[in-house]
Amino acid sequence: MTVRELYDQCDLTLVAGEKGLDNIIEHGFVGDLLSVVMGRAQENTAWVTIQSHINIVAVATLINCACIIIAEDYEADADAISKANEENIPLLVSKQSSYEVVKQLIHLGIL
Amino acid sequence: MKLHYKVDGGAFTSAGFAAGQVKRTLRQLGISPEIIRKISIAMYEAEMNMVLHANGGNVDVELAKDYITVVLEDQGPGIEDIDRAMEVGYSTASQKVRSMGFGAGMGLPNMKRYADELTIDTKLGVGTRVELKVFI
Ligand SMILES: Nc1ncnc2c1ncn2[C@@H]1O[C@H](COP(=O)(O)OP(=O)(O)OP(=O)(O)O)[C@@H](O)[C@H]1O
Ligand SMILES: [Mg+2]
Repeated sequence: MTVRELYDQCDLTLVAGEKGLDNIIEHGFVGDLLSVVMGRAQENTAWVTIQSHINIVAVATLINCACIIIAEDYEADADAISKANEENIPLLVSKQSSYEVVKQLIHLGIL
Repeated sequence: MKLHYKVDGGAFTSAGFAAGQVKRTLRQLGISPEIIRKISIAMYEAEMNMVLHANGGNVDVELAKDYITVVLEDQGPGIEDIDRAMEVGYSTASQKVRSMGFGAGMGLPNMKRYADELTIDTKLGVGTRVELKVFI
């Protein structure tokens, strides 16, 4: 599925990276430790995290994540937003917990 | 082709700038995604280590016909016990940067895993030199 389809079907706020909405999601990954995500997440991943600073965009760009979903309604830093716009990485925010976001991803068929 | 970057210390917000630039350059040159991924991951980890643990340093990238090498040199504190530092989970990161998601102690293990060759020379009180090599 595409990030756009995910965005349309879930209660998410798009805060940056609109140009990446047609990115394909093939996998999911949850993690707040950057090096763990860096080393373990596959390409085309929807990455769920409670980090909200610019380094998440750097990591997502380097490993070709499809999008970042910030859980728990954390507010993305301004420089994270501008970098996500530059790199076309959709930055989505959910009011729910990481666990709840993952449940929705699974429900939508991202296994 | 040779590239050079100066990396500032303490600048978490530089967010792996050099690694990002190298990735972009490699993509423009048509290097395969798999190779780019390996070099990007290893280089980001080494670059962030320089920022977090060594107050910055210099990066030199050499792009040859059949390999890419990245040399990262700093004048930081050096690594006391490199065998221990290589272990998954070992980290001396401060509480402040841990709360930002650094300090999993996975950076060096990631470099080892994604670089084809990893050479680290370090001396306490003098600095650290990390050389990463990926074959194309
Ligand atoms: N360039 C360096 N100069 C001084 N010490 C370093 C350097 N690189 C690594 N170290 C030491 O080695 C430890 C392990 O490094 P490693 O990259 O594996 O983990 P980390 O940086 O602490 O956490 P992570 O990379 O998972 O965010 C560091 O905590 C630090 O003590
Ligand atoms: Mg590290």
